[in-house]
Amino acid sequence: MSTGLVVDQVTLRHGDGEDETVALDRVSLHVPRGEIVAVVGPSGAGKSSLLAVAGGLTVPDEGRVVIDGVDLAGSERERARIRRERIGYVFQSNNLIPALTALDQIRLPLTFARIEDPRDPRELLAEVGMEHRADRRPHQLSGGERQRIGIARALVTRPGMLLVDEPTAALDRRREVLGLLARETHRYGMGTVVVTHDHDVLGHCDRVLEMVDGGLTEQQPALA
Amino acid sequence: MDDGVSGLQKLPVTSLAFEDGVATDAAFSRSVVDLDAVDSWAGRDGVTDAAPFGSTLVNATSDGGTEVDLALFGVEPGSFLDPLPAQGARLGSDPRGVLVSATALDAGFRLGDTITLDRIGTELTVVGVLDGQHTYGHVDVGYVPLSTWQEIRVGAGPGAQVPPRAHDEITAVAVRADAATDLAAGDEAAGTTSLTLEESFGASPGYTAETATLSMIQVFLYAISALVVGAFFTVLVIQRKPEIAVLRAMGASTRYVLRDSLLQSLVLLVVSTAVGVGVGVAAGAALSATPMPFALDAVAIGVAALLLVLLGMVGSAVAVLRVTKVDPLTALGGNR
Repeated sequence: MSTGLVVDQVTLRHGDGEDETVALDRVSLHVPRGEIVAVVGPSGAGKSSLLAVAGGLTVPDEGRVVIDGVDLAGSERERARIRRERIGYVFQSNNLIPALTALDQIRLPLTFARIEDPRDPRELLAEVGMEHRADRRPHQLSGGERQRIGIARALVTRPGMLLVDEPTAALDRRREVLGLLARETHRYGMGTVVVTHDHDVLGHCDRVLEMVDGGLTEQQPALA
Repeated sequence: MDDGVSGLQKLPVTSLAFEDGVATDAAFSRSVVDLDAVDSWAGRDGVTDAAPFGSTLVNATSDGGTEVDLALFGVEPGSFLDPLPAQGARLGSDPRGVLVSATALDAGFRLGDTITLDRIGTELTVVGVLDGQHTYGHVDVGYVPLSTWQEIRVGAGPGAQVPPRAHDEITAVAVRADAATDLAAGDEAAGTTSLTLEESFGASPGYTAETATLSMIQVFLYAISALVVGAFFTVLVIQRKPEIAVLRAMGASTRYVLRDSLLQSLVLLVVSTAVGVGVGVAAGAALSATPMPFALDAVAIGVAALLLVLLGMVGSAVAVLRVTKVDPLTALGGNR
């Protein structure tokens, strides 16, 4: 059984008939545990579609997606269970729940169902350098702080895969966030996929793949 | 509603036996019962008390010049219907004495005032004031001795000839009986038609129509409240769509999202209903201090508040079902 993420010959189409577009065209990808992979490419290239398929948010028309040996071809109920137990999603910065404090944002995934051996939310808050902001709500935090909370929230269930959607922020903050993601990936042995339209992520990732018109190609070896 | 029947509500009776076959909605104004019926009812099994009761609406003017409508209740002094006044003397101390509702004081009456009945010129003296509101058909009640009431009913003013049968006729027999008493058998024997006290409210002028109108208004208000709450929560769910998409993308089950949304609705409904009840009670208390007839009843307020929350939950449940249709895919940046 292969650990990590396996995307095998996946095709995803949108629309019908003449309006049909191919978002992913026979894409294959393997991200083993402990590796951080960046998928770069222009807007509309299919990066978000790849993230949606890899995270079980949508089912591909062809091919299959497997996380730690578990196929994501089941029902939505089954895929929801896999998402909460095995996958951590880091969305764009504006994705926190407005009414919750920073600490409660991190506790939130633990309220969905019983999670085996979760991480301590307060320790996680300290790990992302936000322990002094525990009682703040999203509108009281900066963009970078919100992103750190989003990362901590994705890590609280000890997921096997971390899927990161477009960490768009100022250049210095982006480097800081990517550095944090790389550290967490290597320390806890997760597989991490970061999709971004920005090529400036190379220095923090083990591999960089380029997506163009629904196809995925290895771009170049990542910088150390 | 109490303004129409509070005088009847305070009668210590379980039923009233009216003239046989009289129209229920006009029983108090049309019924004429022979005094013999009282003895017939008094002898029935299960009947604790039976006494003559008369009811007539009159127009009157006080010696202070205040014009007023009165519902004159004729009762025998010393009978179980004879009311205990909060101020002044009991009925019978003066054959022309009248005990008036406390609300009549607001109309300008005072203890010791003389009230002159329009047309017939009979003068009554206010000898006592009852405790609280005693009204019938939205006018104040005045208790007079039965014989005085019987003369007033036939229009016999001072010095006028009283028709020979006048003192044998009453409006109804007031009965206080055990719950198991067979009223139909009593009616058969006495030649009367009984209405329980609650049923007799329908014979009060306008009471049935007022009740039906207010009930219809209530039903419409409840239906509208459910629609308004449903619309409010529909907007709330639409506003929360991105948030719900994130929850579902993170693996929250449909049941979790539904429970979360319904709980939020319940909290909002309970808090807003509590605020509404508080404002309503405060405004009602302010109205009660004015001459406007207004009564606050804790049970009615509680039931209304509970119904608002329940119907609001029905409305919100319909709206909240939308959360099941939120696609978690929309949580991703490219789709938002």
